[in-house]
Amino acid sequence: MTYFPEEVVEHIFSFLPSHSDRNTVSLVCKVWYQIERLSRRAVFVGNCYAVRPEHVVLRFPNVRALTVKGKPHFADFNLVPPDWGGYAGPWIEAAARGCVGLEELRMKRMVVSDESLELLARSFPRFKVLVLISCEGFSTDGLAAIASHCKLLRELDLQENDVEDRGPRWLSCFPDSCTSLVSLNFACIKGEVNSGSLERLVARSPNLRSLRLNRSVSVDTLSKILVRTPNLQDLGTGNLTDEFQIESYFRLTNALEKCKMLRSLSGFWDASPVCVPFIYPLCHQLTGLNLSYTPTLDASDLTKMISRCAKLQRLWVLDCISDKGLQVVASSCKDLQELRVFPSDFYVAGYSAVTETGLVAISSGCPKLSSLLYFCHQMTNDALITISKNCPNFIRFRLCILEPKKPDAMTNQPLDEGFGAIVRESKGLRRLSISGLLTDKVFMYIGKYAKHLEMLSIAFAGDSDKGMMHVMNGCKNLRKLEIRDSPFGDVALLGNVANYETMRSLWMSSCNVTLKGCQVLASKMPMLNVEIMNELDGSSEMEENHGDLSNLSKVEKLYVYRTTAGARDDAPNFVKIL
Amino acid sequence: MSVETERSSTESSAVSGLDFEDTALTLTLRLPGSTSSSSSSSPDPDRKRASSDADPDHSPLTAAASSDAPPAPKARVVGWPPVRSYRKNALADVVGSSKAKQAAKFVKVAVDGAPYLRKVDLEAYAGYDQLLRALQDKFFSHFTIRKFADDERKLVDAVNGTEYVPTYEDKDGDWMLVGDVPWKMFVETCQRLRLMKSSEAVNLAPRAARLAFLKERGNFALLRFFT
Repeated sequence: MTYFPEEVVEHIFSFLPSHSDRNTVSLVCKVWYQIERLSRRAVFVGNCYAVRPEHVVLRFPNVRALTVKGKPHFADFNLVPPDWGGYAGPWIEAAARGCVGLEELRMKRMVVSDESLELLARSFPRFKVLVLISCEGFSTDGLAAIASHCKLLRELDLQENDVEDRGPRWLSCFPDSCTSLVSLNFACIKGEVNSGSLERLVARSPNLRSLRLNRSVSVDTLSKILVRTPNLQDLGTGNLTDEFQIESYFRLTNALEKCKMLRSLSGFWDASPVCVPFIYPLCHQLTGLNLSYTPTLDASDLTKMISRCAKLQRLWVLDCISDKGLQVVASSCKDLQELRVFPSDFYVAGYSAVTETGLVAISSGCPKLSSLLYFCHQMTNDALITISKNCPNFIRFRLCILEPKKPDAMTNQPLDEGFGAIVRESKGLRRLSISGLLTDKVFMYIGKYAKHLEMLSIAFAGDSDKGMMHVMNGCKNLRKLEIRDSPFGDVALLGNVANYETMRSLWMSSCNVTLKGCQVLASKMPMLNVEIMNELDGSSEMEENHGDLSNLSKVEKLYVYRTTAGARDDAPNFVKIL
Repeated sequence: MSVETERSSTESSAVSGLDFEDTALTLTLRLPGSTSSSSSSSPDPDRKRASSDADPDHSPLTAAASSDAPPAPKARVVGWPPVRSYRKNALADVVGSSKAKQAAKFVKVAVDGAPYLRKVDLEAYAGYDQLLRALQDKFFSHFTIRKFADDERKLVDAVNGTEYVPTYEDKDGDWMLVGDVPWKMFVETCQRLRLMKSSEAVNLAPRAARLAFLKERGNFALLRFFT
C-alpha cells in the first residue's frame, strides 16, 4: 500500500465508515497517519476534556464536521453542580483559528455563550449545520447571529436547550437570500416568533424536510406553512388548543393531507382533545410520534390516535396512557422498535398508571422492540423474564421504577432474576439502566452476560464492592459507568484500574469511595483526571491536617475520565482534580 | 471494611434525603397477588393519599405494606426520578398554561366606525400576534396585518384602505399603543381595546412628541388639556 499514491490511499480510507476504524489505520505507520489526518472529515469527541481543542484542530485541519459532548450524563438530573464546566468557547475559538472549512458543529450538554455563537457565525464561511442538545448559556441573540451570518445554513436544530428569550427578532434575521434550510427546530424557544417572518422563511425554503415549531405558533400559521411544505417529513406542531375557529382546523386537516411524505410528528403541548381528530388523516403514514410533552390528553385520546398508526416504529408518550392504552399500542403497532414512557408525576413514590402489565403486553405484541425507556410504578421478575423472551433484540433497555429499592411487586424479592434474564436473552445489549431492589447478584449476571454493554446506569443498588467488581471484570466493552447511592467503595474503585483506560468515564455519587481511594487511583493512573466534588465540605477542609481521618472522609461526587489534556484549567472551586 | 460499608449505606441514604428502613427486616408472609398493586390498572388510593412524612402507620395496609410502601412516600431525592430538568419545566409550563386558561380575561373591543362592540378573552392568546389575528378574524376577515420594521402593528381594511392601529386603555385610564410592553404585563393592565383609525392615532405618540405636534399645529386648546 505504501507504493500507492496518496490520493489512492486517501480514497480507500474514505470507505471506512467509523471513527474507530479511521483511528486504527492512523496507527499503522507515519505515512498512513498523515494521509488519514489530512483527509479526515468528521471528528467525534465524546468528552470535551479528554483532549485539548487545539490538538484536535492541529491534527485534523480539514475537518468538516465536529461533534463534542460536555457534561456527564447525570448532569441532566441536577447531580452536577452548575458552573462545573463543559464550555464550548475553547472549541469554537480553536476551530476558528485552525480549520475555517468547518461546516457542521454538534454539541451536547455544553455551555455555549452568545459570544461563541457570534464567533461561530462569523468564522466559517461554509457553515451549514448547527445542532445543540441539552445546552445552556445562550440567548436568542446568539441565534440571531447564526441566522444573520451563516449564508449557507442547512440545519438549525435546537433540542431541549435552556435558551434565554430576548424577543422574536432572531427569526427575522434570516436574510431573504437564505433559501437553503433543510431542518429547523426551535421547539425549545420559549417566546413568540413573528409569524409573518416564519411564513416567509418557509416559503423560500423549498428543501425544508424537518420543521419543529414552538408553542407560540398558532394553528393558522401552521396551516399556512404546511401548504408550502408538501415534502415535509418531520413536523413539530405549535399550539393546538380550541380557542380558534373551527375553520382553522379544517384548513389544518386539508394542509396535512397534502403532506404525503410526513412520517414523524411531535409537539402538541397543551393540545385540546377536541383538536386531535384533525390529525387523524396523517396517522396511517406515521413512523414516529412524540406525545411526551402533552399532559392534556388522557389514555382514551391517546389510544384513539395511536390505534390508527399501524406503521409506527418510534413512540414517546406519558404514563397517562396507562396499561390498557399500552395494550392498544401492542395490538396496533406491530412494527414498534422504540418506546419511551415518561412519568407525569415527579415525586419519588408518585402514582403512575403503568406497571409491568403494560410492558408485558407491548413485548408480546411488538417483537421488534429494541430500544426502551420505561418509567413505571412497579415491576416483577416474572414480567421481566417474559419480556426478555418475547423481545431478545434489545439494544437499549432502561427501566426506572419510580420508588427506589422497590422489590418485585408480587414476591417481594429483589429484581435480580428479571434483569438477569434481560441481559442473558438480549445478547446485543449496549445500554442498560436498572432500578428497584437489587443485590450483588444482578451485577454478577451483568458481568457474565452483557458482553457488548457500553453504558450502565446504577442507582440505589447492590450490597457490597463485589457488585461493582463483577461489572468491572466482566463487561469488556464498557465505556460509561455511572453510579449513584450504592454501597461501592475503594475496593471496587481500585479493583480493576486498567479498565479506566478503555472507558470514557466513571461517575460515582453518594457511594462509599473515600478521598484516600481517589488519591490512590490518581497516583496509579496518571492518564486519568480524578475529579472530586464535595459541596458539603468545601475544598479547604480536605487540606486541613486531621491525621488519617480526613483521608477516610467520603467523597460525595467522583468523576473519572481518561484524558491526554492533563488537569483542566477551567475547573471551579468545588472541583478538586487529584 | 465491609461492616463499615453496610453502616455507611444507610448513612448515605440519609444524606440523600431518604430514610429507608432495611426492607429485608420487615418482609412479611403474604399470599402472592394479595398486594393492592396486583389490580394493576386501577389506581391505588392509598398510594396517593400517603403524602405525609415518613410514617408507616398512616397507611391502612400497615405491616403488610411496609415492604412495598417504604416510609417517605413523597420524599424528594435529588435527581430522582431521572428526568431532565428541561422536561420537568416544559411539562410544568404546559400544565400551568392549560390550568390558567380557566381564568379568562374578557375585555371590550371597539372599532372606530363599527356599530357595536365585541369581547375577547386575552388569556386565550399566547402573544400579540395571536391576538391581532383573532381581532382580524372577529371583525374584518378582509383585513391584513401589515408589520413595519420597528415592530409597529397595524390592521388595514383591504376594501377601503383604512389603516387601524390597535390601542388599549390601561389601569390608569391612559390610551396606549398595543405592543410596547411584554405580553403578560399587557394582559394584566389592559382594560379595553380600541382599533383606532390611523389618522387619529397620532395622539398616542410619546407625551413630548404629542405636545410638540400640538404646538406645531397651533392647537393650544388641546395643548392645555394635555398639560
